[in-house]
Amino acid sequence: MAKYIEMIRIRFLMMLAYRTNYYSGILIYSINIGAYYFLWSAIYGDKSSIQGMSVLQMTTYVAVAWMARAFYFNNIDREIAMEIKEGKVATELIRPYSYLGMKTMQGLGEGIFRLFFFSLPGMVIVGLLFPLELTTNVSTWGYFAVSIVLSFIINSELNLIAGILTFFTLNNEGLLRAKRFVIDLFSGLILPISFYPAWAQEVMKYFPFQGISYIPSMIFTEGFRGQAIIDGLMFQLMWSLILLVPIQLLWKAAKKQLVIQGG
Amino acid sequence: MFYVSVFFQYMSQYLKTKLQYRTDLFVEFFSDLMFQAVNLIFILVVFGHTQVLNGWTRDEIIFIYGFFLVPFAVFGAFFNIWDFNERYIVRGEMDRVLTRPVHSLFQIILERMELESLLGAITGIIIMIYAGSRLDLVFHWYDIFIFILFVLGGTLVYAGIFISLATISFWSDARSSIMPMMYNIGNYGRYPIDIYNRVIRYILTWILPFAFVGVYPSAYFLGKKEWYGYAFLTPVMGLIFFMIAVFLWNAGVKRYRGAGN
Repeated sequence: MAKYIEMIRIRFLMMLAYRTNYYSGILIYSINIGAYYFLWSAIYGDKSSIQGMSVLQMTTYVAVAWMARAFYFNNIDREIAMEIKEGKVATELIRPYSYLGMKTMQGLGEGIFRLFFFSLPGMVIVGLLFPLELTTNVSTWGYFAVSIVLSFIINSELNLIAGILTFFTLNNEGLLRAKRFVIDLFSGLILPISFYPAWAQEVMKYFPFQGISYIPSMIFTEGFRGQAIIDGLMFQLMWSLILLVPIQLLWKAAKKQLVIQGG
Repeated sequence: MFYVSVFFQYMSQYLKTKLQYRTDLFVEFFSDLMFQAVNLIFILVVFGHTQVLNGWTRDEIIFIYGFFLVPFAVFGAFFNIWDFNERYIVRGEMDRVLTRPVHSLFQIILERMELESLLGAITGIIIMIYAGSRLDLVFHWYDIFIFILFVLGGTLVYAGIFISLATISFWSDARSSIMPMMYNIGNYGRYPIDIYNRVIRYILTWILPFAFVGVYPSAYFLGKKEWYGYAFLTPVMGLIFFMIAVFLWNAGVKRYRGAGN
């Protein structure tokens, strides 16, 4: 266990060394949130609510969804793909730790770094620029915290699956890009799931994507209350467990399949 | 003439290398299509809940998006300059480029072209035809030339902005993430400019004129007379911004000292 915590720490320090990149990152996110703020204000026009959400809730939703993304987002799929391409994965595999576990921990290190140096200051800046509705209810914050941890787990598991698939395809740049668009669209990052037509919502119930962004953001904006929060968290928990199965199966198959391209 | 023949030679070489890896090409097409679909789905879903966006209808917004994809695709195919700093300055590749007999900027455009991006233009045109037929737009024979002119204008606006940003590397070799930021700002131009507040509107028109890639030129085809003035400025803005970029580039190249040995 200690070695995994060490991994988190090292990645955290590594990110800290390159922190100037992040100041411009906050700007990028603020610009994105700004664009959506104006867009949503125009979409609402003089309607007071759409699908039970007020324009204020919607702005908050967008802001928190992007800031939460900074925490759960990581590039471990690309890193795994890169290490496979360059053949580095061979040395990684003989080291005394679980390769996938180590990758996840690195992702967590990054996530924690961005939570403190990116999301929190970013949220303050965005809060100054745009009207947001931050709840003072402590239990909502608590549920939200649990929920984004589960978001991180689900997102990392999907990244691991996408990364492992490189073992079979060798070059899967396209797949990784496609995965990113699917997640942007169906996780609820750019549109709350409740805005989709009913049939699409029905279909999405059978996929893990809304556990990444929609559920934590709805909890934060108090679009979910009472039982809906518990249902949301259960949905996330269920998927974070289910996704372990394909990871294990793929990983077993991948190790047999492994071809080192140079290295 | 020499430039044209070099251009076509590079192009044919490019096609040969790409066709060598057909599955990659196919996957790339597919992920480009997904990227274009994400924004379209956003528009479609949003308009499931509202009829008009500040007086613009669903089909008008879709038309603007379709138009935007065309210059954006041309830009993506020929001006792949977003990693100029790492690829050419940090690795010292710029030295090699400068020894070539064509203009250094042209050489880089040749080396970095990605013709498969042009597929986005086809998607864009299909989207425009779809939205246009629902809007019963009237087309004149000369509109095709105006369309080409506006697409070129929009492409040059994009190219001008991104080349200017790339030239920063000649003065400072620090890595910066200003490029992705610009891609994000570019997205603002896809929506009707009048939904933004005055400051953003001014920036998008005169400072980072992304509105000339989407909403302004589209307004001409949509018959929005109040925007015609801006629409016809599109090629002018394109030329101005591209000229500024080339000027900055030449000044930058003069200052270039090379990295490493």
